[in-house]
Amino acid sequence: MDEPVTTRVRLRYTKLGKVRFTSHRDAARLWERALRKTGLPVASTQGFTPRPKISFGLALPTGGESLAEYLDVELTDAVDIDALPAQLAAALPDGFDVVASQALVGRTVSLQDDVTSVTWELFAPWLTAEHHAQAAERLLAASTLPIDRVRKGVRARDDVRPAVIQLRSDGDRLVADLATVGRALRPGELVELAYPHCDPSSEPFVAVRALRTHQWIEHDEVRREVISLPTDVPVPTPVSA
Amino acid sequence: MTSLWSRVEPLLSQVQKPARYIGCEDGAVTPRHAPAKVSWLLAYPDTYEIGLPNQGLQILYEILNERDDAAAERAYAPWGDLESLLRSHDVGLFSIDTHRHAASFDVIAFNLAAELTYTNVLNMVDLAGVPVRTEHRRLEDPFVVIGGHCAFNPEPLADYVDAAVLGDGEEVIGDITEVLHHWKQRGSPSREEALRALATIDGVYVPSLYDVTYNGPRLVAVTPRFPDVPATVDKRTVADLGEWPYPKRPLAPLTEVVHDRLSVEIFRGCTRGCRFCQAGMITRPVRERPPEQVRTMIADGLARTGYDEVSLTSLSTADFSDIGGVIDGIQRDATGCGATTVNLPSLRVDAFTVGLAGQVAAGRRSGLTFAPEAGSFRLRQVINKLITEPDLYGAADSAFASGWTRLKLYFLTGLPTETDEDTLGIAELARNCVEIGKRYTGRASVTVSLGGFVPKPHTPFQWFGQNSIDELRRKIFLLRDDTKRSRGVQLKWHDPAATLAEGIASRGDRRIGRVIERVWREGGTFQEWGEHFSLDKWTTAMEAEGLSVEWYVERHRERDEVLPWDHLTAGLHKDFLWDDWRDALDGHGLEDCRWTPCYDCGVCTGYGIEHVVASSSAPAGGSQGTGQDLAVGDVIPVALSVRREPAGREVTVGG
Repeated sequence: MDEPVTTRVRLRYTKLGKVRFTSHRDAARLWERALRKTGLPVASTQGFTPRPKISFGLALPTGGESLAEYLDVELTDAVDIDALPAQLAAALPDGFDVVASQALVGRTVSLQDDVTSVTWELFAPWLTAEHHAQAAERLLAASTLPIDRVRKGVRARDDVRPAVIQLRSDGDRLVADLATVGRALRPGELVELAYPHCDPSSEPFVAVRALRTHQWIEHDEVRREVISLPTDVPVPTPVSA
Repeated sequence: MTSLWSRVEPLLSQVQKPARYIGCEDGAVTPRHAPAKVSWLLAYPDTYEIGLPNQGLQILYEILNERDDAAAERAYAPWGDLESLLRSHDVGLFSIDTHRHAASFDVIAFNLAAELTYTNVLNMVDLAGVPVRTEHRRLEDPFVVIGGHCAFNPEPLADYVDAAVLGDGEEVIGDITEVLHHWKQRGSPSREEALRALATIDGVYVPSLYDVTYNGPRLVAVTPRFPDVPATVDKRTVADLGEWPYPKRPLAPLTEVVHDRLSVEIFRGCTRGCRFCQAGMITRPVRERPPEQVRTMIADGLARTGYDEVSLTSLSTADFSDIGGVIDGIQRDATGCGATTVNLPSLRVDAFTVGLAGQVAAGRRSGLTFAPEAGSFRLRQVINKLITEPDLYGAADSAFASGWTRLKLYFLTGLPTETDEDTLGIAELARNCVEIGKRYTGRASVTVSLGGFVPKPHTPFQWFGQNSIDELRRKIFLLRDDTKRSRGVQLKWHDPAATLAEGIASRGDRRIGRVIERVWREGGTFQEWGEHFSLDKWTTAMEAEGLSVEWYVERHRERDEVLPWDHLTAGLHKDFLWDDWRDALDGHGLEDCRWTPCYDCGVCTGYGIEHVVASSSAPAGGSQGTGQDLAVGDVIPVALSVRREPAGREVTVGG
């Protein structure tokens, strides 16, 4: 039997502002509803409870913002791929903006397996360039960065130094390139490593915010973005606190 | 600064499920506030997950925001983690639409669906920075208003609410807005003046304008303090649901909530006359939505929200005249990715209903729920839920034959005249259902869910003395021991301690207000939640106020006794309720007046309204003593009565 003709599309979207407090699971449900609203011919799985064929990239922690989230959607029909961003952005809540689309051709690796590293920006009103520079220098100089975690109810100590690829201070931000292969480092954990003396009980406390700016695929030492944005397109900026 | 967002946002990083505080839902609006407009904060005294799907709140939100003289936003009870942060950072309760301070609204209006949320009402008012007692409120404080089913006995909250609204809210909310708009235009002269004006609106009760007299523990009278304040407040009723196709823009949340699907109300009111059911008594008469409008609301709602599931809501969904047609329509209309799942809550117990459930169950058939409510036909006659054993076994047979493997049966315990024989009858029914199921599947099982009965105001059982905790426990354990070795039968029960607390608030008078306040001051919020409920707080508070649990909850009330809600009416004659109570004790059932002559409960005749139903004869399977139907066994009628004219409605006059 012939495989039905399908179109696979990869979309890049943002998650900025109030909607940063939705979870990865919430975002998945929002996408399912948005796709149904647009009436796009989304393929579904077989069986008793058919699900739309969509797959998400790396989870964004609740509270984190992003300029570079991705998902793959399988469609049962050809669609105008360039029209998708505007169409879908209109069906999503404010803060979710679809910024690029790309057809997937041939065999492709899933987003979760393909992405090798991500870039984060960390910032807070009480953190200066000086703080960031010191943190970058200290963490990069360390040979190991042990952190305590609880996995399936069991305490474990992990060395997350291998996950730290690059850190630099850029104005009011700490820019961090973190590996996503192997034992990954979450932005919240990086905050604790970078600013160990910050006291959440102090007043007024404003949490360090994390903005994911890029997701990278590295092959043969060449790094490229999953979908890069044309340089003449203005990059959306996060809503300030 | 009108928005508190910049102060709320940093706190949200520190709490569980922050998405419930951000708003941004599909269907949410950013209302334009203006000093001349009446601003409403529509509040639900439980978590966002429970409150967001509430249809009453969504309907009023939309109606108010369509008005030029009003702006409406929403608030839900913040969970304890955020509440303590809001208190320690001096932020206070906020609206989730534009994150305004709750105290900056003209009205904070609570939807009350359950008595155990009363302490949350006080907590939210306090968190808003508004004095909890009306006597301490200042001119600039919002008016605190309550509506919803619990507002039919607002006396326990009488010292804490400026007004209680009885009945359907669609029209009265406009009347209230106009009165307050006018009052604001005149420069908001005094609080008293606004309250006096509100009291002249039909359906609005202003407790502070009434004097209450007692003789010892007995309530003697609740009397208006001024000649223009009505001695009796009647409920409001929307005559034609077809004129109110709301919500037109249903709210679809960003995070998961309890009923995470589109809801479309297909009719309001119920005349089956189940004597324990307050909803059925206070929402009469039956008003069906025109089937064409139901279809449009479903199609628009699905397109707008992107949901793939719709719930057809009412008090007894299979009774809708054109239920089959509506379901066919949904299934025909289904397009895009996958079919639309139809959810049918509140189903009758009969084979016809199982047929409907089968029609909408796409694929997997796991569990099906029925509510026989009592374990013997004798007791079901007492409560007027006239389900025969053939009805139940026919339904069970159809369900198992159609592929379901698990039945859930809801029962009440602590009903009037209940004997141990009735209680053990529950086990017998459950075992027989399992036996029927075994003919079809080895996995057949029945879950019995047992709730403690709380007598409610404005029902024939309002005079009945609630069973004590010990008595409820004894019955539950009797049933537990009897079902212990019954294979395939599982028993679940509601905590009798919570049943007692609900009983205190349900039929309480104004003196119970201080009890609620004490429970709240002792930290007793979220009493609907098992992990937060504390009976100790309630009994201690009753003692501290010198009030007797036995007197308020457990004694049978007398015919000539003044009940705390006697000055409020849902249209039902007190004589009708009393006669129905005596009939109950005699084991006499009463027919559904949609399809039988009127027995003059008082609602239609008193209010000059009538049933709006598409069919003058009972639909197939529509039982309740009409003798017209009772599909038994595996006979499943294939179609329901068809409407005669597509647009018009045939109306049975006067019930």
